[in-house]
Amino acid sequence: MSERWPISDRSAAAPFGRRLLTVTGMDEMGAYRVLRVADPEVSEGLAVPGQFAMLAAAERWGGGEDERPYLARAFSIARFSDGEAHYLLEDVGPGTRRLCELGPGDRIWVLGPLGQGFTAPQDGRRALLVGGGVGIAPLAIWQDELARKDIPAQVLLGFRDGPRARGAALLGAAQVATDDGSAGRHGLVTDLLVEQLDKDGHATVYACGPAPMLETVREICATRSIPAQLALEAGMACGFGACYGCVVPRRGGGYLRVCVDGPVIDAAELDQVDAHAGGVGGTR
Amino acid sequence: MSVEFCGLELAHPIVNGSGTFDALAARRAFGAALDEQFPFAAYVSKTITLEPRAGNPPPRLWETPAGLINSIGLPNKGLVGYLAEDLPELASLPVPLITNVMGSSAAEIAELVRACDAHAEIAAIELNVSCPNVKTGLDIGADPRQLEQVVRTVRERTSKPLIVKLTPNAADVAVCAEAAQEGGADAVSLINTLRALALAPASRGGMRSPEPWLGGRTGGLSGPAIRAVALAQVAAVATRVEIPAIGMGGVSSATHARELLDVGARLVAVGTASFRDPTVGARIARELDFPPAPVHA
Repeated sequence: MSERWPISDRSAAAPFGRRLLTVTGMDEMGAYRVLRVADPEVSEGLAVPGQFAMLAAAERWGGGEDERPYLARAFSIARFSDGEAHYLLEDVGPGTRRLCELGPGDRIWVLGPLGQGFTAPQDGRRALLVGGGVGIAPLAIWQDELARKDIPAQVLLGFRDGPRARGAALLGAAQVATDDGSAGRHGLVTDLLVEQLDKDGHATVYACGPAPMLETVREICATRSIPAQLALEAGMACGFGACYGCVVPRRGGGYLRVCVDGPVIDAAELDQVDAHAGGVGGTR
Repeated sequence: MSVEFCGLELAHPIVNGSGTFDALAARRAFGAALDEQFPFAAYVSKTITLEPRAGNPPPRLWETPAGLINSIGLPNKGLVGYLAEDLPELASLPVPLITNVMGSSAAEIAELVRACDAHAEIAAIELNVSCPNVKTGLDIGADPRQLEQVVRTVRERTSKPLIVKLTPNAADVAVCAEAAQEGGADAVSLINTLRALALAPASRGGMRSPEPWLGGRTGGLSGPAIRAVALAQVAAVATRVEIPAIGMGGVSSATHARELLDVGARLVAVGTASFRDPTVGARIARELDFPPAPVHA
C-alpha cells in the first residue's frame, strides 16, 4: 500500500479520483462542527499533517444561496482517529452550510489527501503552534504527530468570541486569546506569540488562520529570524494543480499554487501573505 | 474499438480541454495511478506562449450557478521552458500529446508552431486564437478573414495535425470554422469559455462604484452553465465544415458527451468537470462503452 501511495517528507499521494465515503458523525464544538468520515483506506497513516481534502456532499450539492455550491470545498484534515478522518467546519457560505447539514449515514465525496504538509523542527527547536478561528484544524493533527515524535510543542489559539473559542477543545493544553475577551486573554493570538518568543526564541512556528493573522505571524518571525511554516487557504476549484486558481505571490516574482506547492508554505517563500489567501470569495 | 482523429488512433473519444488538467501536477498528487488509469485518450497541454507568463493577479476564480468564471491568464514557462522541462515528462504519458500554443501575431504563432513541429513527441498542435491581435486589439479568432490568414501562414510550418480552438465570443462561430478550414486546419475545437464578469461583493448595492472581483477583471465562464450553448455551436459548426470537431462545454457525463457526438463532434473534451473529479474522463469513456486506454509499457 505504501508503494501505491509513496509518502515523501511533505506529501502523500492520494488515491486517484474522488471517493464516495460515509459520514459517521457531526459533533458540535461551539460555533464549529467536527465532521467525521469513515476513511479506513487513508487513515492508516497515509497522510502528512497539514494535507487537505476536497469535500462535497453526495446529494443536494447545488441549489443553495445563488444556486451554489458547484465545486468541492477544501478542508484541512484535522485528525485521524479509529478509521475516521475529522474535518473542522464553520458555516460561512453555501458550501460549508450544506456540509454542516450532514449527519451519520449521509454520503460524501472525498478527494485527498492533497498538498504539502508540515515538517518537523530542526536544531532542537520547540514547536509553537499558532492558530486562528477555523484555521486551527491542521494544528490538531500536527500536535498529535509531534507528541508521537516526542517533540515539545506549545499551542496558542485565537478566536473572535466565546462560542468560537470552544473550538480550542480540538487541541490539548492550548493558551487562548479572544478579540472580545469573553474567553482566555483579551487580545490577539499574535500577542501570545510575541510573549512566548520573548521568553525563548528557539522555536519553529506553525501557523494557520486568517490572512491578516498569518501576515502578522510572518512579520514577527521574519524580524526575529525564526523559521515559520504557514498553512494557507485560498479559493480553489480542483485541489490538485489543474486550475491554477489558488495562487499567492511568491517572493522574487511569480506565483505559488496553494494546492500543490502548499497549503503549508515556508514563510521565507513569501514577501507577505496575500489578502486573498484566507478570503475565499465565491468559493466558500 | 478505437477512434480515428486526424490520423491519430485514439482509444476512446474523450480528451481534456486545454488548461483544465495539469498532468505533471496530477502525477505529484496521485502518483503512478495517474499513468495507469490515465483519464483521457489524448492529452492537451495548457497554452504555451513564446515568452514565460506568470498569469493574472489573484483572485482568479468565481463560482457561479452551475459553473465557474476563471481569469487565470495563461501562466506557462514559455516555449523554451516548455520544450526543455515539460516536454520530456509529458512525452512519457501513455497517450498522444497535443500541444496548445498562442501568439499575438501570425509571425509569433508561426514561430511556436515551427518549434513544435521539430519534436516527434508532439502528435498534434492546437492553436488558441482567443488572443487579441497586438495591432488591432481584436481577437484573432473572432475575425474570419484574419483567422484564415493566420491559419494559412501557420499551415506551411508544420505537417502535424493542426487544430484551431475557436472562440465562442464571435458573431458567427460557424463562419470562423469555415475560415479555419479554408486556411488549412485539420480540425476545430469548441467551445472556449464565454466572456463573463463577476462583481466584488463589497461593491454590490450601489454603495460603491462596481468593481470586478477577478484580478484580470473579466474572465471565462465554464461548467454546466454553458453546455446548451456548446451544443448549439458544435451543431452549427459540424454542419458547416468537413473537418472533424472536438466538442466541449459543460460535459460531465456520458449522456452529455453522447449529445455532442450526436450533433457531429468527433471527440469530446472534458474541462471543469475534471476539477470536481480527475477521473471523470475515464468514467465517461467507460459509460460510452469504450474500454480503458491501454497501459503504457
